[in-house]
Amino acid sequence: MTLTLEPTAEAPALVSQPAEAGAPEVQHHDILLINYSGELEKVWATMLLASTAGAMGLQCKVFVTFWGLQNFVKDSRRITGKNWMQKMMSFMQRPGISHRKLSKMNFLGMGPWMMGQLAKQQKNASPRELLEIAQSMGVEFIPCQMTMDMFGLNPDDLIEGMAEPVGAATVLGLMSEGWSPLFI
Amino acid sequence: MTTLEIAARVDAKGLSCPMPIVKTAQAMKGLASGQLLEVLATDPGSTKDLEAWSKSTGNPLVESSVEGAVFRFVLQKK
Repeated sequence: MTLTLEPTAEAPALVSQPAEAGAPEVQHHDILLINYSGELEKVWATMLLASTAGAMGLQCKVFVTFWGLQNFVKDSRRITGKNWMQKMMSFMQRPGISHRKLSKMNFLGMGPWMMGQLAKQQKNASPRELLEIAQSMGVEFIPCQMTMDMFGLNPDDLIEGMAEPVGAATVLGLMSEGWSPLFI
Repeated sequence: MTTLEIAARVDAKGLSCPMPIVKTAQAMKGLASGQLLEVLATDPGSTKDLEAWSKSTGNPLVESSVEGAVFRFVLQKK
């Protein structure tokens, strides 16, 4: 198939132009997502935005804290933690991105199962697939050190390719440098 | 007049957000500057999304059309 291009096709009309001549070009901001929630729908939203940011060539980091860290424990880990309370926590709420529950209409797993079926029908990518895409596109996932300690997680409990754990100061530092934050 | 051939094609028909964008970005990586990429999609949101992607990445969208239920885009690698 061939396409004929006019010599003037350098600036195609279909791409939205700034409203006024001389208006500043779109300024790119780096994106900082904070994944706090371990609920299925919010993890999905996080992974969708992260993978799209990667595809758009934006620099994107995802700080993973509190319940969000449960999404980044390997699916194969059933019980995590060092003491009985930490182990009990993981027993009560199975970690791993494929074992997330809905905040509403969970019905002992019926809700997430139906959500998964609907997503398959619509050919939506699963949170797990989107996570892998985001990682392959250079999105960095950064665990929260404090949460790791609280839940008794070891670095090898987490999926491959996670960044070094950091604390709140690093996250606030990024925000103060102009990274656009979004808390999910 | 310059005649350029489509160098690569992405079939994102039936896929929903954000997969048409993801597949476009992946395919674009393999092209050289100036080469054309054709993207086919059925997601109605893809028209606006590909415009936004083009604007954000700087790869010009040189053609955007609809044939039945299929949206067709041609992007040029910057």
